[in-house]
Amino acid sequence: MKDRYANRKYLVMALVLVAALILVARLLYIQIVDKTYRVSAANNALRPVPQYPARGLIYDRNGELIVYNQAAYDLLVIPVQTSAFDTARFNQILGITMEDFSIRMKAAVSYSRRAPSVFMKMISSETYALLQEELYRFPGFYVQARTLRKYTRPLASHLLGYVGEVDNKLIARDRYYRSGDYIGISGIEKSYEENLRGTKGVTIFLVDVHNNIKGSYAEGRYDTVAVPGTNLWSTIDLNLQEFGEKLMRNKTGSIVAIEPATGEILALVSSPSYDPELLVGRVRSANFSMLQADTVKPLFDRALMASYPPGSTFKIMNGLIGLQENVIRPSSLFSCSMGYHAGSLTVGCHSHDSPLNLPQAVAQSCNAWFCNAFRNILENKQYPILGEAFDHWRQYLVAFGFGNKLGIDLPNELAGNIPTRSYYDRYYGKDRWKALTVISLAIGQGEIGATPLQMANMAAVIANRGSFYIPHVVKKIGDDGSPAPLYMQKYITGISPENFDPVIEGMEGAVNGGPGSTARGARLDSIIICGKTGTAQNPHGKDHSIFVAFAPKDNPQIAIAVYVENAGFGSTFAAPIASLMIERYLTGEIKRKYLEDYVLNLVIRPDAKE
Amino acid sequence: MQRSSNILGRLDWVTVILWLVMMIMGWLNIYAAVYNEQHTSIFDLSQRYGKQLVFIIAALVLAVMVMVTDNKLWFFFAWFIYGFFLLLLILVLIFGNEINGARAWFSIGSFGLQPSEFTKFATGLALASFLNAQRQSTGWRVMAPATAIIMAPMVLIALQPDMGSVITYFAFFVVLYREGMSIYVFISAMLAATLFLLTLMLGNVPVASGLMVMAVIALAVTSGSMLTIKASGVMAVTGGLSYLAGHYLLGLDIAVIIVVAVLLAGVVYLWFIYRQKLKMPAVIYAFLISGILYLFTVDYAFHNILQPHQQTRINIMLGMETDPYGEGYNLNQSLISIGSGGFLGKGYLNGTQTKFKFVPEQSTDFIFCTVGEEWGFVGSVVVIGLFVWLLLRLLMLAERQRTIFIRAYGYGVFGLFLGHFFVNIGMTIGVMPVIGIPLPFFSYGGSSLWGFTILLFVFLRLDAGRSEYLG
Ligand SMILES: [Zn+2]
Repeated sequence: MKDRYANRKYLVMALVLVAALILVARLLYIQIVDKTYRVSAANNALRPVPQYPARGLIYDRNGELIVYNQAAYDLLVIPVQTSAFDTARFNQILGITMEDFSIRMKAAVSYSRRAPSVFMKMISSETYALLQEELYRFPGFYVQARTLRKYTRPLASHLLGYVGEVDNKLIARDRYYRSGDYIGISGIEKSYEENLRGTKGVTIFLVDVHNNIKGSYAEGRYDTVAVPGTNLWSTIDLNLQEFGEKLMRNKTGSIVAIEPATGEILALVSSPSYDPELLVGRVRSANFSMLQADTVKPLFDRALMASYPPGSTFKIMNGLIGLQENVIRPSSLFSCSMGYHAGSLTVGCHSHDSPLNLPQAVAQSCNAWFCNAFRNILENKQYPILGEAFDHWRQYLVAFGFGNKLGIDLPNELAGNIPTRSYYDRYYGKDRWKALTVISLAIGQGEIGATPLQMANMAAVIANRGSFYIPHVVKKIGDDGSPAPLYMQKYITGISPENFDPVIEGMEGAVNGGPGSTARGARLDSIIICGKTGTAQNPHGKDHSIFVAFAPKDNPQIAIAVYVENAGFGSTFAAPIASLMIERYLTGEIKRKYLEDYVLNLVIRPDAKE
Repeated sequence: MQRSSNILGRLDWVTVILWLVMMIMGWLNIYAAVYNEQHTSIFDLSQRYGKQLVFIIAALVLAVMVMVTDNKLWFFFAWFIYGFFLLLLILVLIFGNEINGARAWFSIGSFGLQPSEFTKFATGLALASFLNAQRQSTGWRVMAPATAIIMAPMVLIALQPDMGSVITYFAFFVVLYREGMSIYVFISAMLAATLFLLTLMLGNVPVASGLMVMAVIALAVTSGSMLTIKASGVMAVTGGLSYLAGHYLLGLDIAVIIVVAVLLAGVVYLWFIYRQKLKMPAVIYAFLISGILYLFTVDYAFHNILQPHQQTRINIMLGMETDPYGEGYNLNQSLISIGSGGFLGKGYLNGTQTKFKFVPEQSTDFIFCTVGEEWGFVGSVVVIGLFVWLLLRLLMLAERQRTIFIRAYGYGVFGLFLGHFFVNIGMTIGVMPVIGIPLPFFSYGGSSLWGFTILLFVFLRLDAGRSEYLG
């Protein structure tokens, strides 16, 4: 057969030769013509010294410094460059034994004889000063400056997170990191790692056999300059944070406070907590093990990572959904005789006037009223089957941020749980369940779980009458920056603004109303607080006390959720704490010293029983 | 017995010896790259050089296994093999392990296997089988499906994502060139590549302006100056007006405005041309418009589809970015190692840069650093010479085939080796962007060594049996 394109082989051949020629020409240039790559004497060695940039600082919302850096020093060794020296004096300066010395030296040698490895990490400034004077006597050793985190006040440890060394898994995954580098491991340090870390540089030195730096290699042509990390401005009000942590001392639980208009988190307290300085520097790993072994779990961030049934605070949601779906009205009256009764089913209630309308039912937290309302939502004639009504109910909750991660700029947020229709279909059989089967959802019990963050966000949505910004903890990336784009986008929940009026009226009544109101302990004379108590059932011990609120009623400045574990009914503990937080934030001081003392003196043991 | 000795007799031993020499040189260099006084035995199986020796022995076994097969196997099962490896590429996306950010590996115990290294030979077979059936008829009816055969594994590998491996598949276009793909396709691709680089270096607005100027010149040359002035005036007025409207009245993005302005100006211009009943200006305009659309697409693709580290690599390569710690740093270290080798090198195991462990992947993608540092210019040229010899030998073997099937497959093997050779060595000395692909037979790693061995020996087996009837 005729090969019409046989001539094309010549061009292909030429391609090979051209490729080889390009490579050889380039090699000729860099290996022979260009002398800059040559190391002048055989004895000289190149020492690439990474230049670690200072990590970005973190400020609070008012510009007060929270996290900054302090100097620390790593002592490095290049085994092949060492020669006989006074090890006794060396060990004396570092405060180590001969045995210790041998172990460290062996480790360095086994890593590499020619590459630098860390002999001793993070030596103090005093030791550094001593060592620096005599370093010429210890060939092969040199010191590299690092920075460690330092905190202005021992606060907000969960939120800020901590910094540690990268592990090998990450080094394999991300080309930026080398062994010995630091990286944010939790909190803001982790989620804003790329902003905070800056960019490393490297300086390549020529070093002679006597450990003297003879200058920079190739006039610094291969050096790169370190770029400092970006500063962050947190949304946290450090004073409010401190006050919240103080109030939560000797209690287990959390406080989340949000500025409703922006979604900025004002305080994020999880108790018990720990001093952030514990996880800095050489003491970090020992302290970390200690904190991890602690039975009260101080490392656990309850504000984001604990999911509780929301209890009666959830009645607000059912009220709003019922109104939006037109199955109840603010004036709807339902009677209550110590509870809700349907056939053999009874959901108990406390004693109060009957019948009640919506605002009264919210204020007095009537179980029967909300069982009726929830039944109306699910048995809505507008939908052919109950499952569909349930789907709509769930959609509203999802729009409020329940059942999914809200997307806060902190790691390890929990999604919580709102059961799905298919969950009940699997459990009871397809469409074989009714409103009464799942009636506990009416009062926030059962298969439902929400984090304190989600509950605080709910309070913010109510304060905003239907919309919210995703809660976040960083308001400025860089001194003149803005928050991440995600946090500048407004979300709407699908509940019309006017439907919030009766619910807010009820929440106002709960705190400021007459007899029967559930949260009068949260009342503040000067400011109208709207709130709702709740109790999260705890199968392991005494119930958890919950309170969600926002204030002032008009033009709200703060929305808050307070959880006190094992404290029983919400009005006793969570409500006064929320009230004090609001007072502190809005007025800048606490007038009710007796209430503050009462809360400060409360000790709630985490193992408290009924 | 008779038959197998025939095969051994017809086997191209020059290539086999080149293959052996390269593998052994690679192994010695891996030893030097990983070398540390603490581990001195080159047979230490806990170290990479020990493992590489095992890989080499396995490669020898593989080569023998390929040699005892029958040519008909590769011919008749080409599509089956191709399908099988495409399936593996799909499976690795689902069940694979993520290493270095790409889901490209199957883990079998502590051992990783990278299917994309084996898909290369399968693609070569399928492409050869397809072209063989076409009997050198060209045109898009043949070349479009042929391109699809090449693109299918590329798409799957891009999903991992392992862009380095994806790029190597472009090597198969050498096969299409040899089998008659229109030269204009390659010229257009070259133009597209040039436009691509120019756009990235100069920005899209200057390049677009340049194209417009060229269009006006082309118009002047083809249609005379009077018409050019009129036509340019028409275009300038319409374009300018729509630009002003877009910018000041609608506040649109500058890129959008330019595209819209050119399109609008073009419509008016075409109407003008239509009235003059001229053909050439319309063609020029078509070229202009496709050029401009293309370069805006490039700009968009570069900034929105490529990942930041890939953008960085291309920018470093184009000299637009010099100092980023991660990427530029690797290249700097690599240049220092190779450059400091000088004419004769520092001597085996005496490389100092190599020992700093500061060039990452020194034993895999950057193995040429060790060659350059310890063996100097002389050693580097020897390695390049070996590759040139191998490549020309492969061309010679491919050209002596009587079936398109074997020739096309041979060209595929040739193209892949050429691509890996040039890109890998090129990246270590800064004439190519840093693309993570291995140097055949030199780099550490079982998958790549075996993949290349199978690729090569299937061709040697086909060549040895070239007189057999494939039917
Ligand atoms: Zn009641």
